[in-house]
Amino acid sequence: MTILIATGFHVQTRQHAYRQGAKDAFPSIIGLIPFGLIVGTASTAAGMDPWLALAMSIIVFAGASQLAAIGLMVQSAPMLIVLTTVLVVNLRFVMYSASLAPFFRELPLGRRWLLSYGLTDHLFALVNARFQRDGSHQHVDAYYMGGAIPTWAVWNVMVAIGIFAGTLVPKQWSLDFAIPLVFLALVFPALTTRSHWVTAGVAATAAYFTAALPMKLGLIAAALVGVAIGTLLDQRDERRALEAR
Amino acid sequence: MTLAADWLNVITIIGAGCVTLLARASFIVLPSDTPVPGWLNRALKFVGAAVLPALILPDVMFRELAAGESVNVYRIIAALIAAGVAWRTRNIFATIGAGMAVLWLLKLWGPI
Repeated sequence: MTILIATGFHVQTRQHAYRQGAKDAFPSIIGLIPFGLIVGTASTAAGMDPWLALAMSIIVFAGASQLAAIGLMVQSAPMLIVLTTVLVVNLRFVMYSASLAPFFRELPLGRRWLLSYGLTDHLFALVNARFQRDGSHQHVDAYYMGGAIPTWAVWNVMVAIGIFAGTLVPKQWSLDFAIPLVFLALVFPALTTRSHWVTAGVAATAAYFTAALPMKLGLIAAALVGVAIGTLLDQRDERRALEAR
Repeated sequence: MTLAADWLNVITIIGAGCVTLLARASFIVLPSDTPVPGWLNRALKFVGAAVLPALILPDVMFRELAAGESVNVYRIIAALIAAGVAWRTRNIFATIGAGMAVLWLLKLWGPI
Protein backbone atom coordinates (compact mmCIF):
# COMPACT_ATOMS: atom_id res chain seq x y z
CA MET A 1 0.00 0.00 0.00
CA THR A 2 1.51 3.35 -0.96
CA ILE A 3 1.06 6.30 1.33
CA LEU A 4 0.98 9.58 -0.53
CA ILE A 5 1.27 12.58 1.71
CA ALA A 6 2.24 16.17 1.03
CA THR A 7 5.03 17.47 3.21
CA GLY A 8 5.04 20.88 4.83
CA PHE A 9 2.01 19.92 6.88
CA HIS A 10 0.51 22.48 9.26
CA VAL A 11 -1.91 21.80 12.07
CA GLN A 12 -3.88 24.72 13.45
CA THR A 13 -5.99 23.17 16.21
CA ARG A 14 -6.16 19.86 18.09
CA GLN A 15 -9.56 19.26 16.52
CA HIS A 16 -8.04 19.66 13.09
CA ALA A 17 -5.17 17.31 14.03
CA TYR A 18 -7.58 14.57 15.15
CA ARG A 19 -9.53 14.82 11.93
CA GLN A 20 -6.38 14.85 9.79
CA GLY A 21 -5.10 11.73 11.58
CA ALA A 22 -8.36 9.89 10.95
CA LYS A 23 -8.35 10.99 7.31
CA ASP A 24 -4.77 9.86 6.70
CA ALA A 25 -5.36 6.51 8.40
CA PHE A 26 -8.53 5.80 6.40
CA PRO A 27 -6.97 3.84 3.50
CA SER A 28 -5.00 1.57 5.81
CA ILE A 29 -8.10 1.00 7.97
CA ILE A 30 -9.99 -0.24 4.89
CA GLY A 31 -7.03 -2.53 4.20
CA LEU A 32 -7.28 -3.91 7.76
CA ILE A 33 -10.86 -5.14 7.32
CA PRO A 34 -10.13 -8.41 5.45
CA PHE A 35 -6.99 -9.05 7.50
CA GLY A 36 -8.94 -8.71 10.76
CA LEU A 37 -11.56 -11.13 9.43
CA ILE A 38 -8.83 -13.65 8.54
CA VAL A 39 -7.12 -13.39 11.94
CA GLY A 40 -10.46 -13.92 13.69
CA THR A 41 -11.51 -16.84 11.50
CA ALA A 42 -8.11 -18.53 11.77
CA SER A 43 -8.20 -18.18 15.58
CA THR A 44 -11.31 -20.28 15.99
CA ALA A 45 -10.43 -22.55 13.05
CA ALA A 46 -7.18 -23.40 14.87
CA GLY A 47 -9.23 -24.42 17.89
CA MET A 48 -9.32 -21.43 20.22
CA ASP A 49 -12.28 -20.57 22.45
CA PRO A 50 -14.09 -17.61 20.77
CA TRP A 51 -14.16 -15.41 23.88
CA LEU A 52 -10.51 -16.13 24.60
CA ALA A 53 -9.63 -15.19 21.01
CA LEU A 54 -11.56 -11.92 21.32
CA ALA A 55 -9.88 -11.07 24.64
CA MET A 56 -6.52 -11.73 23.03
CA SER A 57 -7.26 -9.42 20.13
CA ILE A 58 -8.14 -6.57 22.49
CA ILE A 59 -5.27 -7.17 24.95
CA VAL A 60 -2.48 -7.89 22.46
CA PHE A 61 -3.75 -5.88 19.45
CA ALA A 62 -1.07 -7.17 17.02
CA GLY A 63 -2.33 -9.57 14.32
CA ALA A 64 0.81 -11.49 13.34
CA SER A 65 1.81 -12.22 16.93
CA GLN A 66 -1.76 -13.25 17.79
CA LEU A 67 -1.60 -15.88 15.02
CA ALA A 68 1.84 -17.07 16.16
CA ALA A 69 0.66 -17.36 19.79
CA ILE A 70 -2.51 -19.23 18.85
CA GLY A 71 -0.51 -21.74 16.78
CA LEU A 72 1.63 -22.52 19.82
CA MET A 73 -1.15 -22.44 22.42
CA VAL A 74 -3.32 -24.99 20.61
CA GLN A 75 -0.31 -27.32 20.64
CA SER A 76 0.00 -26.73 24.43
CA ALA A 77 3.43 -25.08 24.31
CA PRO A 78 4.60 -23.77 27.72
CA MET A 79 3.71 -20.17 28.58
CA LEU A 80 7.33 -19.00 28.52
CA ILE A 81 7.72 -20.22 24.92
CA VAL A 82 4.50 -18.50 23.85
CA LEU A 83 5.53 -15.19 25.46
CA THR A 84 9.06 -15.31 23.99
CA THR A 85 7.60 -15.96 20.54
CA VAL A 86 5.17 -13.04 20.88
CA LEU A 87 8.04 -10.80 21.93
CA VAL A 88 10.21 -11.91 19.00
CA VAL A 89 7.41 -11.40 16.45
CA ASN A 90 6.77 -7.94 17.90
CA LEU A 91 10.40 -6.80 18.11
CA ARG A 92 9.84 -4.57 15.08
CA PHE A 93 7.82 -2.31 17.38
CA VAL A 94 11.06 -1.56 19.27
CA MET A 95 12.37 -0.08 16.03
CA TYR A 96 9.21 2.00 15.55
CA SER A 97 9.32 3.05 19.19
CA ALA A 98 12.89 4.34 18.86
CA SER A 99 11.92 6.21 15.71
CA LEU A 100 8.78 7.83 17.20
CA ALA A 101 10.25 8.66 20.64
CA PRO A 102 11.46 12.15 19.63
CA PHE A 103 7.93 13.14 18.55
CA PHE A 104 6.39 12.26 21.92
CA ARG A 105 9.20 13.60 24.12
CA GLU A 106 7.24 16.49 25.64
CA LEU A 107 4.14 14.43 26.55
CA PRO A 108 3.41 13.16 30.09
CA LEU A 109 4.50 9.58 30.80
CA GLY A 110 0.97 8.17 31.17
CA ARG A 111 -0.02 9.50 27.78
CA ARG A 112 3.10 7.99 26.22
CA TRP A 113 2.08 4.53 27.54
CA LEU A 114 -1.40 4.99 26.09
CA LEU A 115 -0.03 6.03 22.69
CA SER A 116 2.33 3.02 22.75
CA TYR A 117 -0.57 0.59 23.15
CA GLY A 118 -2.10 1.87 19.92
CA LEU A 119 1.10 1.70 17.86
CA THR A 120 0.76 -0.10 14.50
CA ASP A 121 2.91 -0.40 11.37
CA HIS A 122 0.72 2.13 9.55
CA LEU A 123 0.59 4.75 12.31
CA PHE A 124 4.35 4.63 12.55
CA ALA A 125 4.60 5.30 8.81
CA LEU A 126 2.01 8.12 8.94
CA VAL A 127 3.60 10.06 11.80
CA ASN A 128 7.01 9.77 10.17
CA ALA A 129 5.61 11.07 6.90
CA ARG A 130 3.57 13.94 8.40
CA PHE A 131 5.90 15.40 11.01
CA GLN A 132 9.51 16.48 10.75
CA ARG A 133 11.79 15.06 13.40
CA ASP A 134 13.36 18.41 14.27
CA GLY A 135 10.34 20.56 13.38
CA SER A 136 7.24 21.35 15.43
CA HIS A 137 5.53 18.43 17.13
CA GLN A 138 2.47 20.41 18.11
CA HIS A 139 -0.64 18.23 18.36
CA VAL A 140 1.25 15.16 17.16
CA ASP A 141 -0.54 13.12 19.85
CA ALA A 142 -3.95 14.35 18.67
CA TYR A 143 -3.06 13.43 15.08
CA TYR A 144 -1.89 10.02 16.27
CA MET A 145 -5.03 9.36 18.33
CA GLY A 146 -7.20 10.45 15.41
CA GLY A 147 -5.72 7.57 13.44
CA ALA A 148 -5.33 5.10 16.32
CA ILE A 149 -8.91 5.12 17.68
CA PRO A 150 -10.69 4.13 14.43
CA THR A 151 -7.88 1.66 13.63
CA TRP A 152 -8.34 -0.02 17.02
CA ALA A 153 -12.13 -0.10 16.81
CA VAL A 154 -12.37 -1.41 13.24
CA TRP A 155 -9.66 -4.03 13.86
CA ASN A 156 -11.36 -5.52 16.91
CA VAL A 157 -14.84 -5.49 15.37
CA MET A 158 -13.49 -7.30 12.29
CA VAL A 159 -11.65 -9.87 14.42
CA ALA A 160 -14.86 -10.44 16.41
CA ILE A 161 -16.89 -11.02 13.23
CA GLY A 162 -14.19 -13.38 11.96
CA ILE A 163 -14.11 -15.30 15.25
CA PHE A 164 -17.81 -16.03 15.23
CA ALA A 165 -17.75 -16.81 11.49
CA GLY A 166 -14.86 -19.21 12.20
CA THR A 167 -16.99 -21.24 14.61
CA LEU A 168 -19.30 -22.10 11.67
CA VAL A 169 -16.51 -23.38 9.39
CA PRO A 170 -15.96 -27.16 9.35
CA LYS A 171 -12.50 -28.37 10.36
CA GLN A 172 -12.02 -30.20 7.02
CA TRP A 173 -11.63 -26.82 5.32
CA SER A 174 -8.20 -26.48 6.99
CA LEU A 175 -8.66 -22.73 7.41
CA ASP A 176 -5.80 -22.75 9.94
CA PHE A 177 -3.57 -23.01 6.83
CA ALA A 178 -4.31 -19.29 6.35
CA ILE A 179 -1.90 -18.62 9.24
CA PRO A 180 1.33 -19.68 7.46
CA LEU A 181 -0.04 -18.10 4.25
CA VAL A 182 -0.30 -14.73 6.02
CA PHE A 183 3.34 -15.07 7.11
CA LEU A 184 4.32 -16.11 3.59
CA ALA A 185 2.86 -12.89 2.20
CA LEU A 186 4.73 -10.86 4.82
CA VAL A 187 8.14 -12.47 4.32
CA PHE A 188 9.06 -11.25 0.83
CA PRO A 189 8.90 -7.51 1.60
CA ALA A 190 11.29 -8.26 4.51
CA LEU A 191 13.91 -9.77 2.18
CA THR A 192 15.60 -6.60 0.95
CA THR A 193 19.27 -7.63 0.66
CA ARG A 194 21.33 -10.76 0.06
CA SER A 195 22.04 -10.97 3.80
CA HIS A 196 18.28 -11.03 4.44
CA TRP A 197 17.80 -13.90 2.00
CA VAL A 198 20.60 -15.86 3.65
CA THR A 199 19.04 -15.14 7.05
CA ALA A 200 15.69 -16.49 5.86
CA GLY A 201 17.27 -19.60 4.34
CA VAL A 202 19.26 -20.35 7.49
CA ALA A 203 16.22 -19.78 9.74
CA ALA A 204 14.04 -22.07 7.58
CA THR A 205 16.69 -24.82 7.59
CA ALA A 206 17.14 -24.48 11.35
CA ALA A 207 13.35 -24.61 11.79
CA TYR A 208 13.27 -27.92 9.88
CA PHE A 209 15.91 -29.53 12.06
CA THR A 210 14.58 -28.12 15.36
CA ALA A 211 10.90 -28.92 14.66
CA ALA A 212 11.03 -31.99 16.88
CA LEU A 213 12.52 -30.16 19.87
CA PRO A 214 10.41 -30.44 23.02
CA MET A 215 8.09 -27.62 24.14
CA LYS A 216 8.03 -26.05 20.66
CA LEU A 217 11.45 -24.53 21.35
CA GLY A 218 12.33 -24.87 17.66
CA LEU A 219 10.82 -21.56 16.58
CA ILE A 220 12.86 -19.48 19.00
CA ALA A 221 16.04 -21.47 18.32
CA ALA A 222 15.64 -21.06 14.55
CA ALA A 223 14.87 -17.35 14.82
CA LEU A 224 17.92 -16.75 17.03
CA VAL A 225 20.21 -18.63 14.63
CA GLY A 226 18.83 -16.60 11.70
CA VAL A 227 19.24 -13.23 13.44
CA ALA A 228 22.79 -14.14 14.53
CA ILE A 229 23.79 -15.04 10.96
CA GLY A 230 22.18 -11.90 9.53
CA THR A 231 23.89 -9.68 12.10
CA LEU A 232 27.32 -11.23 11.37
CA LEU A 233 26.86 -10.89 7.60
CA ASP A 234 25.79 -7.27 8.00
CA GLN A 235 28.83 -6.52 10.14
CA ARG A 236 31.12 -8.16 7.60
CA ASP A 237 29.56 -6.22 4.69
CA GLU A 238 30.00 -2.95 6.55
CA ARG A 239 33.64 -3.71 7.32
CA ARG A 240 34.30 -4.59 3.67
CA ALA A 241 32.64 -1.39 2.49
CA LEU A 242 34.86 0.62 4.83
CA GLU A 243 38.02 -1.17 3.67
CA ALA A 244 37.15 -0.67 0.01
CA ARG A 245 36.97 3.07 0.47
CA MET B 1 -9.37 -30.03 20.57
CA THR B 2 -10.63 -26.62 21.64
CA LEU B 3 -8.41 -24.29 23.58
CA ALA B 4 -10.57 -23.36 26.56
CA ALA B 5 -10.68 -20.12 28.49
CA ASP B 6 -9.06 -21.59 31.61
CA TRP B 7 -6.92 -19.52 33.96
CA LEU B 8 -3.59 -20.61 32.44
CA ASN B 9 -4.62 -19.44 28.97
CA VAL B 10 -6.01 -16.20 30.36
CA ILE B 11 -2.69 -15.50 32.11
CA THR B 12 -0.80 -16.36 28.90
CA ILE B 13 -2.88 -13.83 26.98
CA ILE B 14 -2.35 -11.12 29.58
CA GLY B 15 1.38 -11.90 29.51
CA ALA B 16 1.37 -11.67 25.71
CA GLY B 17 -0.30 -8.26 26.01
CA CYS B 18 2.37 -7.12 28.50
CA VAL B 19 5.37 -8.13 26.35
CA THR B 20 3.75 -6.55 23.28
CA LEU B 21 3.15 -3.31 25.18
CA LEU B 22 6.75 -3.33 26.45
CA ALA B 23 8.06 -3.69 22.88
CA ARG B 24 5.84 -0.83 21.68
CA ALA B 25 6.55 1.44 24.63
CA SER B 26 10.30 0.73 24.95
CA PHE B 27 11.98 3.87 23.60
CA ILE B 28 8.82 6.01 23.81
CA VAL B 29 8.73 5.75 27.62
CA LEU B 30 12.49 5.62 28.23
CA PRO B 31 14.07 8.93 29.28
CA SER B 32 14.52 11.08 26.20
CA ASP B 33 17.78 10.80 24.26
CA THR B 34 18.36 7.16 25.27
CA PRO B 35 20.52 6.01 22.34
CA VAL B 36 19.68 2.81 20.43
CA PRO B 37 22.68 0.47 20.89
CA GLY B 38 24.41 -0.36 17.59
CA TRP B 39 24.16 -4.15 17.98
CA LEU B 40 20.42 -3.91 18.72
CA ASN B 41 19.83 -1.77 15.66
CA ARG B 42 21.72 -4.28 13.52
CA ALA B 43 19.96 -7.34 14.95
CA LEU B 44 16.48 -5.77 14.65
CA LYS B 45 16.95 -5.41 10.89
CA PHE B 46 16.97 -9.21 10.55
CA VAL B 47 14.14 -10.16 12.91
CA GLY B 48 11.45 -10.31 10.20
CA ALA B 49 13.62 -12.29 7.77
CA ALA B 50 14.41 -14.88 10.47
CA VAL B 51 11.12 -15.19 12.39
CA LEU B 52 8.71 -15.49 9.47
CA PRO B 53 10.35 -18.53 7.79
CA ALA B 54 10.72 -20.15 11.23
CA LEU B 55 6.96 -19.66 11.77
CA ILE B 56 5.97 -20.83 8.29
CA LEU B 57 7.99 -24.03 7.96
CA PRO B 58 6.55 -26.23 10.75
CA ASP B 59 2.97 -25.08 10.04
CA VAL B 60 3.34 -26.10 6.39
CA MET B 61 5.32 -29.32 6.74
CA PHE B 62 4.22 -30.99 9.96
CA ARG B 63 0.52 -30.20 10.44
CA GLU B 64 -2.47 -32.47 9.71
CA LEU B 65 -0.21 -35.43 8.90
CA ALA B 66 -1.97 -38.53 7.60
CA ALA B 67 -0.98 -41.89 9.08
CA GLY B 68 2.49 -42.87 7.83
CA GLU B 69 3.19 -39.41 6.39
CA SER B 70 6.39 -37.70 7.58
CA VAL B 71 5.66 -34.36 5.87
CA ASN B 72 2.39 -32.89 4.57
CA VAL B 73 2.93 -32.99 0.80
CA TYR B 74 -0.32 -31.18 -0.09
CA ARG B 75 0.47 -28.26 2.21
CA ILE B 76 4.03 -28.03 0.86
CA ILE B 77 2.78 -27.86 -2.76
CA ALA B 78 0.12 -25.30 -1.84
CA ALA B 79 2.67 -23.19 0.06
CA LEU B 80 5.17 -23.24 -2.83
CA ILE B 81 2.52 -22.00 -5.25
CA ALA B 82 1.37 -19.39 -2.72
CA ALA B 83 5.00 -18.29 -2.30
CA GLY B 84 5.19 -17.71 -6.05
CA VAL B 85 2.02 -15.61 -5.90
CA ALA B 86 3.35 -13.68 -2.88
CA TRP B 87 6.62 -13.04 -4.68
CA ARG B 88 4.87 -11.81 -7.86
CA THR B 89 1.97 -9.83 -6.41
CA ARG B 90 3.11 -8.84 -2.90
CA ASN B 91 -0.59 -9.15 -2.09
CA ILE B 92 -1.67 -10.84 1.13
CA PHE B 93 -5.17 -11.78 -0.12
CA ALA B 94 -3.99 -13.17 -3.45
CA THR B 95 -1.48 -15.26 -1.50
CA ILE B 96 -4.10 -16.66 0.88
CA GLY B 97 -6.56 -17.25 -1.98
CA ALA B 98 -4.01 -19.15 -4.07
CA GLY B 99 -2.72 -21.27 -1.17
CA MET B 100 -6.18 -22.23 0.11
CA ALA B 101 -7.48 -22.98 -3.41
CA VAL B 102 -4.57 -25.30 -4.21
CA LEU B 103 -4.90 -27.08 -0.84
CA TRP B 104 -8.64 -27.61 -1.32
CA LEU B 105 -8.16 -28.92 -4.87
CA LEU B 106 -5.49 -31.36 -3.73
CA LYS B 107 -7.60 -32.54 -0.79
CA LEU B 108 -10.59 -33.09 -3.08
CA TRP B 109 -8.88 -34.76 -6.03
CA GLY B 110 -5.32 -35.51 -4.98
CA PRO B 111 -3.93 -39.07 -5.06
CA ILE B 112 -3.12 -39.33 -1.34
